[in-house]
Amino acid sequence: MKSGSTRVLAAASGGGHWEQLMLLRATLDNYDIRFATTEPAVAAQHGIESADRLPDCNQNKPLQSALCGLVALWIVLKHRPQVVISTGAAPGFFCILAGRLIGARTLWIDSVANGEQLSLCGKLSQRWAHECWTQWEHLSSNARPRYFGAVL
Amino acid sequence: MILVTVGMQLGFDRLIAAMDALAPTLGLPVIAQTGKGRYAPQHMDAQAKIAPAEFERLVQQSRLIVSHAGIGTVLTAARFAKPIILVPRRAALGEHRNDHQLATVNQLSGRPGILVAMDEAALPARIAEGLAVKDWSAVQSSTARQLHRALAAFIENRPL
Repeated sequence: MKSGSTRVLAAASGGGHWEQLMLLRATLDNYDIRFATTEPAVAAQHGIESADRLPDCNQNKPLQSALCGLVALWIVLKHRPQVVISTGAAPGFFCILAGRLIGARTLWIDSVANGEQLSLCGKLSQRWAHECWTQWEHLSSNARPRYFGAVL
Repeated sequence: MILVTVGMQLGFDRLIAAMDALAPTLGLPVIAQTGKGRYAPQHMDAQAKIAPAEFERLVQQSRLIVSHAGIGTVLTAARFAKPIILVPRRAALGEHRNDHQLATVNQLSGRPGILVAMDEAALPARIAEGLAVKDWSAVQSSTARQLHRALAAFIENRPL
């Protein structure tokens, strides 16, 4: 609440990734928060009318991924967030990469669904995001990923 | 209404058959998403697949969810603050490729709104507990509190 003016971009694909972002909303809503998702209709169901649309993509679709990367960059340039966070998946990771380009601080929270190992984007985020957190204590280490609790 | 789900991708006939046997004793209608199972329920309103929007509506209307230990269902139950009973799929019984659902229930057991039935024999007791759960939407687990605190610290650029 103290830092209500901090501009934050929160990005997640539709489905479970988005559900996890919504479970963090009580905290996110304390800031100047903008959302990006692959399913703006689902965001609207949560009362978020202004979410930016990210094209869906994954590592098997290079053209879609390139397009997603460009859209992520456009969204980041539009909002100029000081902080970018994502709960997954690939489209959220592109927002984190784009955030780095403009000097935002970036946080990847790996999905609580990944209890066996970090997701591919989670592994990439260990290198490319400022912080990479797992929601499973047994997957954490002193270096990366770190563990600070879970949405559940 | 009690909603039973084993997801859409795999069957989990052990859970479906157990819930079908219990259904007449529960005093509530039971709706089931049976996935790719073979067992044909007699006492539940069963569908192999329920579309996501319809599923969400059913979750909202339900008093209790009985589910395989799939994180997607746990998250949906959490969003609508519905109590959920998790039954882990077992690799030894051919119910999944490995025992990760066992790890999931061990980690989630005891968090607000989440009950665990390690096998079908434990279901009647857990269902009674689940139906007795009062609204827990305001209850935050200690792990969730921890994550919210860390997230705020990160956003405000304070030490984690």
